[in-house]
Amino acid sequence: MIFVFFLILLMLIAAMAASVFRDLISAVIAAALVSLIASILFYFLQAPDVAMAEAAIGAALTAAIFIIAIRRTERYEE
Amino acid sequence: MRRIIAILLLIILAVGISLSLAKIPFGTPKTKVGKYYIEEGIEETGATNIVTSVVVNYRGFDTLGEVTVLFIAAIGLGAVLSTVRKKTAREIEPASLVLSTGCRVLFPLILTFGTYIFIHGHLTPGGGFQGGAIIASGFLLIYLGCRERRISRTASNLVESLGGLTFVIIGLLGLVFSGYFLLNFLPKGTANALFSAGVIPVIYIAIGFKVGSELASIIDNLIEES
Amino acid sequence: MSFLDSYIYYIGAFGLILVGLYIILVKRNLIKVIVGLGILDTGVNLFLISVGYITKGTAPIFSRPGIDPEQMVDPIPQALVLTAIVIGVAVLALALSLAIRLYQHYGTLNLRKIREQKW
Repeated sequence: MIFVFFLILLMLIAAMAASVFRDLISAVIAAALVSLIASILFYFLQAPDVAMAEAAIGAALTAAIFIIAIRRTERYEE
Repeated sequence: MRRIIAILLLIILAVGISLSLAKIPFGTPKTKVGKYYIEEGIEETGATNIVTSVVVNYRGFDTLGEVTVLFIAAIGLGAVLSTVRKKTAREIEPASLVLSTGCRVLFPLILTFGTYIFIHGHLTPGGGFQGGAIIASGFLLIYLGCRERRISRTASNLVESLGGLTFVIIGLLGLVFSGYFLLNFLPKGTANALFSAGVIPVIYIAIGFKVGSELASIIDNLIEES
Repeated sequence: MSFLDSYIYYIGAFGLILVGLYIILVKRNLIKVIVGLGILDTGVNLFLISVGYITKGTAPIFSRPGIDPEQMVDPIPQALVLTAIVIGVAVLALALSLAIRLYQHYGTLNLRKIREQKW
């Protein structure tokens, strides 16, 4: 139970860090960390199908298309 | 100024929602429809993965709507990005030998793993959407590692269209045989065998191919620079 | 603390929704707003799955023929969230293509400057 508490705390800290970073690639990697920890929490809530879908789609493909789009525009905020 | 108004709004929202969240108890059964699907699921559909039987058989029409939304998003992305002026191609140095050999060795293994996941969708956790996403990750590895090999556009468009068409044709065949759209009309077989659960594995194989090639074509449209 | 024990998942999901809303309301760069949209999506999905959990339940799969069907968690929220995750990634891809087109037309991604230019 303490383990779940620390995971949720780490997830909220990563989400707040994604809003503070000025380098956009660091913000995208923080959002991918939020998706990864959410996938572990889905497994603890006894939902293996949803955990597999969130790990494959949220943590890998979303970060990849964000980085490709940042490469075609600017990298630093304003 | 704008930041202060936003924080005030969020505090009001937080107080309101936490007062109503305290009334939802955590960990007690809340609906009766779930109990019905768990108890009657195996006899009516033949699939041992209850989530698969809910997604494909009991709520199959919602899955048809989701496949349509994914299709529209892929078409919209292709249409918007075809009007963007492409930059002059930079000099890309080819990847080293270790990297390109590693990508070429890993690619068929990832494809086999993804195919295994969507074929056994009705027996183990998995299914069409998860297997399709894993196949798209394999294609992403090829686009990043060895840049010279490209997957031909016409082949991926053909696979995607055939997948979507198979789903709709199976629904219409259910209408022809018994008068209900998307009825499960193939024989159900014994539970826990590979060829069981009627029409569910066929639909999931079609969805797996369609989602995999669709996500791979989205990444191809975003990367292309020349 | 048994209060924290039972409501910790709700607090986590709701905290993600609040952070996502803050990013969408306050930040000025368009790509950061789209990152906030993705975080909001993840928070809502986590909330839906944690509503359907039953204490000391197990996953709804009959892998062996001797599992008791009384103690399984609710399968309906899992089917709905599976659909919602795939639709979320489709919406993010379309939003990013529109951001690339905007950048090519205006030359910047700052929302204040785009609103001032007006053709």
